[in-house]
Amino acid sequence: MTPIPAGGLGLGRELRGAYAFVERNWNLIKRYWAWELVWLVYSLINALSITFIGKASSAITGVALTDAQINEFILFLMVGTLVWHYLSMVFDLISEAIQWERWEGTIEYTFMAPVSRLTHLLGQSAFALIYGILHTAVILGVVSLFFQVDLSKANVLTVLLVVLAGSTSFVGLGMLAAVLPLLSPEKGLQMTNIIKAVVLLVSGVYYPIEVLPAWLQPFGRVSPATFMLEGMRSALLNGTTPLGAFLPYILPLLVTGALTVPLGLYVFTRAERYAKATGVLKRNG
Amino acid sequence: MTLGDDTIALRRVALTPSGAGEGAALEIAGALKRFGRENQEAGRTWFGAARKPKELMVAVDRVSLQVRRGEIFGLLGANGSGKSTLIRLVSTLLLLDGGTIQVFGHDVAREERQVRRLINRVSVEASFFKKLSALENLMYSARLYDLEPREARERAVEILGRLGLAKKRLYEPLENMSRGMQQKVAIARGLLTSPLLLLLDEPTTGLDPRSKHDVQRFVLEMRAEHDTTVFLTTHDMDEAERLCDRIAIIDGGKVVALDTPAGLCAAFAKPTLEAVFMHLTGKSLDDDEPGEED
Repeated sequence: MTPIPAGGLGLGRELRGAYAFVERNWNLIKRYWAWELVWLVYSLINALSITFIGKASSAITGVALTDAQINEFILFLMVGTLVWHYLSMVFDLISEAIQWERWEGTIEYTFMAPVSRLTHLLGQSAFALIYGILHTAVILGVVSLFFQVDLSKANVLTVLLVVLAGSTSFVGLGMLAAVLPLLSPEKGLQMTNIIKAVVLLVSGVYYPIEVLPAWLQPFGRVSPATFMLEGMRSALLNGTTPLGAFLPYILPLLVTGALTVPLGLYVFTRAERYAKATGVLKRNG
Repeated sequence: MTLGDDTIALRRVALTPSGAGEGAALEIAGALKRFGRENQEAGRTWFGAARKPKELMVAVDRVSLQVRRGEIFGLLGANGSGKSTLIRLVSTLLLLDGGTIQVFGHDVAREERQVRRLINRVSVEASFFKKLSALENLMYSARLYDLEPREARERAVEILGRLGLAKKRLYEPLENMSRGMQQKVAIARGLLTSPLLLLLDEPTTGLDPRSKHDVQRFVLEMRAEHDTTVFLTTHDMDEAERLCDRIAIIDGGKVVALDTPAGLCAAFAKPTLEAVFMHLTGKSLDDDEPGEED
């Protein structure tokens, strides 16, 4: 045997390090295919069930709504369920990164490997974005077969920009949430679910935030999910308007991402030091 | 297969002693690690059971030792004596509360990443993604260490072949493998990156005699062929005598003796290493010390 020469340095090395997490997660998805299939079917049925509420709006309310109004309602709910599914997946896949490793017992091997924590978290985030988009695209394809929604005014470019901008902010939130299982092996994952639930409540996923109690509405107005949902709905319903009209949605998302990603990395590295100082890194939940 | 004469021959060829202070692979100076743990006798605080007062437990107590390049250095201690904590400190998985540790001159606290490139570790638990195959797990590790994938794959097959694992087993999920096979894959992961310092934390615990000998033979071959320095903790006295050039005995987080196996027996006028250990610690290797860390 001869020593294997290590590859180069710099960005290329970091990208290859990040790819390690993408490839590993993809292999895990393949091996846990039955769970993934169950999750996909559940998510699909969930999306259909919620969107059917829009179709039944006349029957539920007893008010005769026009086809355009029903179409708008269906689209409102469809966008809500699809965007929330996507954001949840991104958030979960990043925030559960540590918990997976704890379950498998591999966390110490990953943490003693010569890759930076930024590379680690960005690799995990890249997989989350790719897999989240694929998952959501499948659900969108199937849901579209059930509902003939009018997307003639949709602007695909704007939709993509909103998705990208919204993704960065949720990557940052996911990084922040990933700290919790690092600090608390026993309760950390449950706490990340509470964060997600609060974002779901205040962000106008299935209803405008104006229906919330007044004291809850400010939380909705600063939630990145709110901007992403409103941006998506606007891009799908009125997407023919100039791109500049969408800056009020895209800019806050980019600013949130620019703040939360570095903050998430900083908090994560501080938490890692705490875990190494107290010995909780090795403990399994 | 036995290790008998072949093993001795390998040791003679490979042993390249170097003087203290020069060519040190691992230098531990006054290493101190404390952990807080719940004091069960202190009672509950007013804000509930989750916040019981903490008391400090010293897991590693001002340990100083030096491991020379190319040496196989053994650390013997009962459960909870601080062996694994010391290995985690060297592995950059724990932070020191005092003292310093240097790996080939690189400080584990200030030069984490450089240290990580030089070391690898095999622990008593074969920690893997159990649903993934051996090859998938090894390739994940190879990518983390930025090894060229094709060469890493070839090397993984070669190492596992030398450890007695058939090539076809590489594609099976780890969960379908016996404990012994999993541990061989763990050793392959540790060696895949050609570490200059290999940290072996009870690598043969729970293995059948054949697997144990395969692993021991391979450790000696690694040292002979690559001049790999090995820092080994073990519960097996025969293994310690067979593999280690020098041995430190640790008790209650403190090193209580350090010498060659023969030197330890001579110094304490005991016929066996086990007798030396019993004499120094008053306990057998299977006894537990009252610590939450090993």
